Amino acid sequence: MHYLFEPGLLASGPVRTALLIGAVVAITSGVIGVFTVIRAQSFAGHSLADIATTGGAGAFLVGLNQFWGFLAAGVAAAGLMEAFGVQRRRGRDVATGVVLGAALGAAALFLYLGTLRTATTGASFTILFGSIFVISPDTVPALVASGAVAVVTAILLARVLLLTSLSPDLAGARGVNVRLIGAIYLIALAVSVSLAAVAIGAVLSTALLIGPAATALRVTKSPIRAMVASAVTGLVATWLGIVLAYDSYYWPPYGHGWPVSFFVVALVLIGYLLSYARRPRRLAPRSPHEGAECSPA
Amino acid sequence: MAQGVTQHVSEQTDLLELDGIGVRLGGRQVLSDVTFTIRKGEFTGLIGPNGAGKTTLLRVILGLQEPSSGRVLLQGEPRQKNNKHSIGYVPQKLVIDPDMPLRARDVVSLGIDGHRLGFTFPSRQRRDLVAKTLCEVGAESYADARVGELSGGEQQRVLIAHALISRPRLLLLDEPLANLDLKSEREIVAVLGKLAREHEISVLLSAHDMNPLLGVMDRIVYVAGGRVATGSADEVVTSEGLTKLYGHHVDVVRVHNRVLVVAGESGE
Repeated sequence: MHYLFEPGLLASGPVRTALLIGAVVAITSGVIGVFTVIRAQSFAGHSLADIATTGGAGAFLVGLNQFWGFLAAGVAAAGLMEAFGVQRRRGRDVATGVVLGAALGAAALFLYLGTLRTATTGASFTILFGSIFVISPDTVPALVASGAVAVVTAILLARVLLLTSLSPDLAGARGVNVRLIGAIYLIALAVSVSLAAVAIGAVLSTALLIGPAATALRVTKSPIRAMVASAVTGLVATWLGIVLAYDSYYWPPYGHGWPVSFFVVALVLIGYLLSYARRPRRLAPRSPHEGAECSPA
Repeated sequence: MAQGVTQHVSEQTDLLELDGIGVRLGGRQVLSDVTFTIRKGEFTGLIGPNGAGKTTLLRVILGLQEPSSGRVLLQGEPRQKNNKHSIGYVPQKLVIDPDMPLRARDVVSLGIDGHRLGFTFPSRQRRDLVAKTLCEVGAESYADARVGELSGGEQQRVLIAHALISRPRLLLLDEPLANLDLKSEREIVAVLGKLAREHEISVLLSAHDMNPLLGVMDRIVYVAGGRVATGSADEVVTSEGLTKLYGHHVDVVRVHNRVLVVAGESGE
């Protein structure tokens, strides 16, 4: 007999690190993700994840921590995407697809060469599917700081991003540099994707970015509530995923835990499906009050 | 707060002056020698067929489009960053996703500081100002509904409130009556007419049909063939005047207080 929350769970150093980084990643992805969904940039998020994979694999090949690889490749890709206007020109999707395919091809080569050199076969799995239980303690401050920068950026940009999403012309007419704001946001998105790649893997990072945000947008009305709900949804999925993964050590095949990423992604999906169970909101009947006295503010 | 702008009311009555504006887009002369003024509290209809350049002209006034010639003066000064906020803008029909996490009151609140970086701390003062502005356009009963779930007419009211909350001197509206049912159309025109009269806000509204506006318009700016004619509706909308503007014969027909502009025989 064992308990889901084992008495020793929180005594384990790797688990504590996993819970801390899991929280940072979930909150960052949750907040950034709300704007990714609103701006219909899920594809940009996914593209950044693909290119981050190449960066992570390259970092592994040269013996650096994979986070730096994710981050460098992601931010560089964000800059290039902005420069070429990948998201604005629909006709460029074919070119984008080819580039992303090539990026993953390069990732395959880097992982293969890296594995030959170091004989650590787990690296491919770690980069593609995450490694939240084996985060090296010396990257923790960098991970926390990156998450904080991305979240603060998103919160400071929130109003402008919402206005821009409502109408770029409306924002432009009021003096907003729509393009600059978009570029800054895309870089924050790249940071967020890199963090999620560390936690649940480069190829799965989009799930944590989009899933909780999409769920939150279905159940909340105001922007602040959507950001909070998205961060909380991501946090619950991530922490519960970590606990379940720790517990799965006792599941078949005994003695081998299941990957955390599987649990997190599955819980994100369950949360999204549950949001559909909510009955659509019925708006109260309304009538304009023509000529009503408006109290002076 | 942006309200301060309205306090410096100068004595001059010309709020906006367009002087010899020309616009070239992709090698094509879209507008040439557009000259007109808008006075304080005046309701002006920017009328013309689709594709005549009405949106382009509004974009020039907003600073979204650089004219190839001419200048725009706002209260006698070149339009720049510091007087930009005396213009409120309601863009052409927006498609707002129902999942957009913005209630009507959030959209109006963005009218205060949506263009600035920073975090909005909810306050009583802000809440009251938003509520008052929603009330001025008759939209208070759906303040808490998601804007993407509102009807076209309701969205227009919310967007007018968004433009209005910073207390602009001039309200620009791009085809606000397009795709509205007749009842909403009348209501929106009534709201705008009231704003112009009671708050001395100048209104410049583009429309391809002038008829809904005949009762409230002080002046008409008719755009056709890349040029404009201005004056009262009776002065501008004549067969002779519009024939000159269009560059081909048109007939202006008045039936039951409605004005119809009909393309005539091309051979005349």
